[in-house]
Amino acid sequence: MNENYAVPAVALVVVATVFVGAFGLRISRTTSDFYVASRTVGPRLNAAAISGEYLSAASFLGIAGLVLVQGPDMLWYPVGYTAGYLVLLIFVAAPLRRSGAYTLPDFAEARLASQSVRRLAGAFVVGVGWLYLLPQLQGAGLTLNVLTGAPKSLGGVIVAVVVVATVAAGGMRSITFVQAFQYWLKLTALLIPALFLVLAWQGDGAPRHAFDEPATFREHRVVRIDAALDLKLTRPLTVTADGTVDGVRHESDRVRLPAGVHRIERGTRLTFTKGDPVPIADRGSNGGMSTSLAEGREERPLYATYGLILATFLGTMGLPHVVVRFYTSPHGVAARRTTVAVLGLIGAFYLLPPVYGALGRLYAPELTLTGDADAAVLLLPDRVVGGLGGDLLGALVAGGAFAAFLSTASGLTMAVAGVLTQDVLPSRGVRHFRLGTVLAMIVPLAASVLVGGLPVADAVGLAFAVSASSFCPLLVLGIWWHRLTPPGAVAGMLVGGGSALLAVAATMAGFTGTGTPHALLAWPALWSVPLGFLTMLLVSLATPGRVPAGTAAILARFHLPEELAGGQVRTEAKA
Amino acid sequence: MSGFLAGLCVAALPLLAAGFWLGRRTARSPSLGGLGTPVEHATFETLHTASLAAPPLRAGLTGETARKSVRRLRTLLGTDALCLTDQDTVLAWEGAGEHHRDQIMERLAGPLETGRGEAFRLDCDEPYCPLRWAVVAPLTVDDRVYGTLVACAPRESAVLVRAAGEVARWVSVQLELADLDRSRTRLIEAEIKALRAQISPHFIFNSLAVIASFVRTDPERARELLLEFADFTRYSFRRHGDFTTLADELHAIDHYLALVRARFGDRLSVTLQIAPEVLPVTLPFLCLQPLVENAVKHGLEGGTAEVDRSRISITAQDAGAEALVVIEDDGPGMDPDRLRRLLSGEVSPSGGIGLSNVDERLRQVYGDDYGLVIETALGAGMRITARLPKYQPGVHPASPLTRD
Repeated sequence: MNENYAVPAVALVVVATVFVGAFGLRISRTTSDFYVASRTVGPRLNAAAISGEYLSAASFLGIAGLVLVQGPDMLWYPVGYTAGYLVLLIFVAAPLRRSGAYTLPDFAEARLASQSVRRLAGAFVVGVGWLYLLPQLQGAGLTLNVLTGAPKSLGGVIVAVVVVATVAAGGMRSITFVQAFQYWLKLTALLIPALFLVLAWQGDGAPRHAFDEPATFREHRVVRIDAALDLKLTRPLTVTADGTVDGVRHESDRVRLPAGVHRIERGTRLTFTKGDPVPIADRGSNGGMSTSLAEGREERPLYATYGLILATFLGTMGLPHVVVRFYTSPHGVAARRTTVAVLGLIGAFYLLPPVYGALGRLYAPELTLTGDADAAVLLLPDRVVGGLGGDLLGALVAGGAFAAFLSTASGLTMAVAGVLTQDVLPSRGVRHFRLGTVLAMIVPLAASVLVGGLPVADAVGLAFAVSASSFCPLLVLGIWWHRLTPPGAVAGMLVGGGSALLAVAATMAGFTGTGTPHALLAWPALWSVPLGFLTMLLVSLATPGRVPAGTAAILARFHLPEELAGGQVRTEAKA
Repeated sequence: MSGFLAGLCVAALPLLAAGFWLGRRTARSPSLGGLGTPVEHATFETLHTASLAAPPLRAGLTGETARKSVRRLRTLLGTDALCLTDQDTVLAWEGAGEHHRDQIMERLAGPLETGRGEAFRLDCDEPYCPLRWAVVAPLTVDDRVYGTLVACAPRESAVLVRAAGEVARWVSVQLELADLDRSRTRLIEAEIKALRAQISPHFIFNSLAVIASFVRTDPERARELLLEFADFTRYSFRRHGDFTTLADELHAIDHYLALVRARFGDRLSVTLQIAPEVLPVTLPFLCLQPLVENAVKHGLEGGTAEVDRSRISITAQDAGAEALVVIEDDGPGMDPDRLRRLLSGEVSPSGGIGLSNVDERLRQVYGDDYGLVIETALGAGMRITARLPKYQPGVHPASPLTRD
């Protein structure tokens, strides 16, 4: 990877983001352009903005990494990330818009007229936001590390500083344009290199054994092990080792490793020859971009898959940065149209990462050993195309990856900072919004610097699980069930979301051991979502006296088209 | 190891939050308890209980508010049972002996009629019922009996009669305040209605005169202007709903400006800079148009020296959970002191009730933090900033956005 191209590309993306954000709307209009100046955001532009904000590091880097390491099972991730919008479209989009709520706490207050529900929803917004920010910062660190060899925390710090600076300075004024721009940038940054990669793959004779088990090296390859790991061999293997293997020091010796588990120490170089099967790395809890969750998956594959599906299908509607974007739609129908467009845009985008994953399995299988599987997208252009073209394509991908970190991180930071300013920090004002911004970013930044953490896509999956168990019951029951009460909502969010959060914490801390308990805690959505729903239903039924006054009117407003709810059919305006 | 640390952090955060919350909850009472002599302590406690019971009653006397406040009131009086009634039914009963409800309602006819307190014996078949005696204290506002407060006790007690009377008077004061709140709201509604009808006659005359002047020379333009005029008046005379969306309000401003520009021609130039994200924001009906009208007046009509040209700029920015609307003119400006007196209502404004009315309505809807911010000085133009929260409970637009 040539950093001479990649670093300017990343810098360009950062500058372009700040520029579009700050000056996208600075064009003044005279009154003759009134209708242009005051046109509402159309569904397509808004959809591009939502997609831009939504497609995070997990989508851009993580999915390809997971497909590379674990094969086609992982295609449930892109499917789930997309299908979440289908659930959102059917159950939530239009009523949420008609509720007039800007954030999730606003919705809680609008529906249940209760300050305590509002505060609890705010707390969960902050929790989900922080959980989601963590992998963005990690992904940035990884990207910069792969590109330039900088320390792993530096990329995260850069993204954090850029985001806090622009958001706090009010530089994200034309956020819709920034995010829409980021979507097209991300799509381009994956699409063009993917075309070249596929062409190169065709030129290579289109090898089709991408998902043969196990993957094999297609050429002579030196692998440097950055963190100590246990190598599981199903068959004996002969490698050239330079370093410590099973406690024995080797200096470029040919070593024959029998089948079984072998301990490879940090800094060891292993040289594989063409045709060698890629061994499976077993990393325990020693950090790095480990695949700890994958173990639960291997033991209970069906359970894990359903857990993932439920979390991603139902979690999307509770993502704070997605919800606020629906406010921009002028009415409920536009919100629905926007969601349909989002489905199309995201669906198109998600065709690409699996391509990278599959090609990565062919051309960069050793990434499963070094633990940098998430970097597959970044490394492939150089590896497959090579030369100047590879460098340029690599730079494009790197730029796209940074666009992913910046857009998602800025959206999340604004959402979290908004909640912190409104509901947590004492009084209002611009100073407090700045303080809130810093606070919103400093916690995940500290966490990402302190810990190596989880694979990017897994960490995002956990954020989805918490969101699905807390906000999904609140939104769905709030919109569709007239007997929901404030105590029911509080209890449901606490039990569902709280248990998911605890499971997440236990998983991240590595308390979970192995087997069934690990699978249960690593994929909590399958039990925590029904638990949340059930608690909310039962407690609501047990407190029938607390149904807020005016519930019928509120629900009518959620569901009736605006023309009817307004009490008159508006005469068509002259335009 | 690092993963362990991360998990620990995540696990510790909710615990810390819970601890913080608990700490704040529990910190209050001990800080009161450790203060002063026992007598003072008792006073504090009483005042504290009374202050807790006040907020629900400020919304008037209904079943729900009665239920919320009656528990605190019973703590205040220390009786076995306490109930609040309106003129027909028992609204809330706290404490033992709920089977006395009907019996008490029967005995209330007298006090409700006369507005005077009463004490009577309760007949009860149940041997273990502690209630043998009831004190009725009427709740009156402006000599009208709204309901009663009934305290029940095992035996006669002059102290209780006195205490119940005092508590009833205190509740009455709260109800009076609730009444005051209601009339204030009504006043503001009336003001909004007044503002609606307040398209100045001058504006109508001027507009019609301008249109008339075009009828012969440029009939097409005249027709367009008439339509603008119709649209603007239709919006302004709208009778339903207190709120509208920023997009609709801006359209009304556009119609208004079209008419004004027809009159002043090139002397008036307007620039707009509007973030599309804030167009769906809901705001009180007709609260920006008066500001623009004010800017136009300031720039072109107001002041002693006739101004040649005037520039007005209207900006709407997205600022997190708020929209920021700024209306700026480069007219002669205003003496800040005079403006302050004008806004506080000490001086009656010369033309229209624009600024102070808008300011008051914004404060009424969004709270005192959201009044207008006006920056001005003599000869330095005027810049009016309004902050509009994107969400406020109870604020919904009456009609949808113009679809385009």
